[in-house]
Amino acid sequence: MSTKIITPVAEFAELLPQEYKDLVAHGPYNERRSVRDLGTFKEIVDEHPHCAGCGVALAIRLLAAALPSPADTLIVGTPGCSFFALVQAALNYSNTAFGNQNAVASGLKRMLQIRFPHIHKDVVVVAGDGGIADIGLDLTLHSWFRREKITTIMLDNEVYANTGGQESGMSRQGKVLNMAPQGKRFPKIPVFELAKVSGCVYGARVTVASPHRVGRAVRNAILLAREFGSTYVQIYTPCPTNMKFSPDQTLKVARKAEKDHYTHEEFMSAEAAAYLARLKAESKEMRE
Amino acid sequence: MAGLQREVDPEYLFSGVPRRQVFITGSEAVAEAVKRANADMAIAYPITPQSESMHLVGDLFAQGYLKDYYRGENEFAVMAAVHGASLGGGRVFTATSGPGTLRAMEMFPVWAGSRQPIVCAFMCRGVSLPPSIQPENIEMAMLLDTGMLMFHAEDAQDLYDLILRAFVIAEQPDVHLPAGVFVDGFFVTHTRSAVALPPDDLKLPAYDPRRAPVPTFDMETPPIRIVRDPLLNKSNFISYSANASWHQEIVAAAERARKHIRRYMGGLLEVEDPYAKIFLAASGTAVSQSREALKVLRSEGIRAGLIKIKSVRPFPTEEIVAATAHAELIVVPEFNIGGWLAREIKAAIDNNRRVVGGPRLFGGMTMPTELIVNEVRNALDWSGAKRPDLRAGI
Repeated sequence: MSTKIITPVAEFAELLPQEYKDLVAHGPYNERRSVRDLGTFKEIVDEHPHCAGCGVALAIRLLAAALPSPADTLIVGTPGCSFFALVQAALNYSNTAFGNQNAVASGLKRMLQIRFPHIHKDVVVVAGDGGIADIGLDLTLHSWFRREKITTIMLDNEVYANTGGQESGMSRQGKVLNMAPQGKRFPKIPVFELAKVSGCVYGARVTVASPHRVGRAVRNAILLAREFGSTYVQIYTPCPTNMKFSPDQTLKVARKAEKDHYTHEEFMSAEAAAYLARLKAESKEMRE
Repeated sequence: MAGLQREVDPEYLFSGVPRRQVFITGSEAVAEAVKRANADMAIAYPITPQSESMHLVGDLFAQGYLKDYYRGENEFAVMAAVHGASLGGGRVFTATSGPGTLRAMEMFPVWAGSRQPIVCAFMCRGVSLPPSIQPENIEMAMLLDTGMLMFHAEDAQDLYDLILRAFVIAEQPDVHLPAGVFVDGFFVTHTRSAVALPPDDLKLPAYDPRRAPVPTFDMETPPIRIVRDPLLNKSNFISYSANASWHQEIVAAAERARKHIRRYMGGLLEVEDPYAKIFLAASGTAVSQSREALKVLRSEGIRAGLIKIKSVRPFPTEEIVAATAHAELIVVPEFNIGGWLAREIKAAIDNNRRVVGGPRLFGGMTMPTELIVNEVRNALDWSGAKRPDLRAGI
């Protein structure tokens, strides 16, 4: 995308809301931004109607800041909590049926490769744990089996939050939730492990308590998807509303999880590792 | 050769160039259409009787007629992937049948709601009512209100013609809706008949996403921020109203398709013997059987006409009202148990007791002409009218 297409004609410029003008002048489209730069540029997600202390909203803010090329990024999602911020993001976002996201992304990525063979159009799935691990699991896995060049990001709040706090496949065993009145009877679905054996060339498990790690994981995942195939990032995004903790405790809950059941883990193929090392060396050279 | 095809005006491809007759199956007719459709991509999932068509489309990909093609994991996934591909601004094709249609059901309103000119061939077959892989078109009843255009092919020639015309009609900027081309499976897909084809070095002009009435999903087409405030999940009048007006626009777009259907398909229906008092009204292969029944009726001295419904959505309400203005009996033979076409016709015309829904065949049963003839005879006997030229009063 050229910023020309978002730059209003002079006659129209004054009519646009300030936030749009800010996006054109100080948005992330022209120069590279990262999680480190938050607060210094106009973000592509700002206002949103998420609950106070929402882990999903925080993860979306972080991943949006980490996109390597927001001007050429297309997000595919699902109905659910992640919808709220993403639908107001200043990039193309689509969500239609619940669970179809990785199939939509597959078709979209292939068509964009046909139409723009010389531009990296990053197709990124951003969806919740219900959308990916339950209703969309088969389509997710098949997109990985096919080695589709897309990134899948799970915002894992371990619950169906938007529908009112029901058990999901990613809920923890024993947790009492709606539709699990006696506690969940089986452990979290090992989607991260499935990603390893299903063809993903890169995977990272992170929490919102480590923002730089989230940023790096998202960036790595997208850069590697361009070259090698499917990549996966699973972010723990605690939900104060349904898990009944105070909204100011989100980071604390995430930090505790990071030491406990949500430890940081990363895997990548040998060629992916070599590629990232080469990128790092190149950017060091450029700095020097 | 794929590389040697040249783009021509659709009307030239449809009727401006001499055709050569070949003896092919309906499935092969699908491939012949896709070969000339200048489609960017097709996505397939096996189901009888649709599979063969999509194998042949796969062969077209291997020969370079398509830029991408793959087998998806199920029909819901395929229809979702086709949706994604269409969002990306290209021309896409797929096909399915019966249970596959039902499995993918959630995606069809999504196509229409997203204003995507996806063309899908439906090789109709039974669903689990009880399980059947045999020809019948009950799935069409289930798709009537999904927002897509629906054209029903009578034979392989129709199937070939309608697929190409469907792309052109669906992609009109004032329409831009998905189009289903329906055909009764096996009867057409698995039998050979004469099909007249234009040369295969001609193809439709490429799809131009810049003509789309909705922005292409490619981060190249403004506005990039499509939704400022979500229509969904807001409980207020403005969001209901915005949703409703978008929905109405889909219906209006289908209405605007009528003029293009008249131009490219020669009308939403065809009428044979417009001054008859008795009509057989049908769509799909029931039309072919009705043609045979007409011969029998005429040999018995019963004058009857034929209404062939080609466009089911939009439905040719005005045309049917006009065609049946002086009709006294309208018999509607169908390949399904529900009788959806009879219901549609009854809802369209006045004095709908003139409509006799039947015969209805399903589960793979064929439709002997005697059944249609008997339906007409019974209706005439029941009305007390022994002669069709007398007012039947039914």
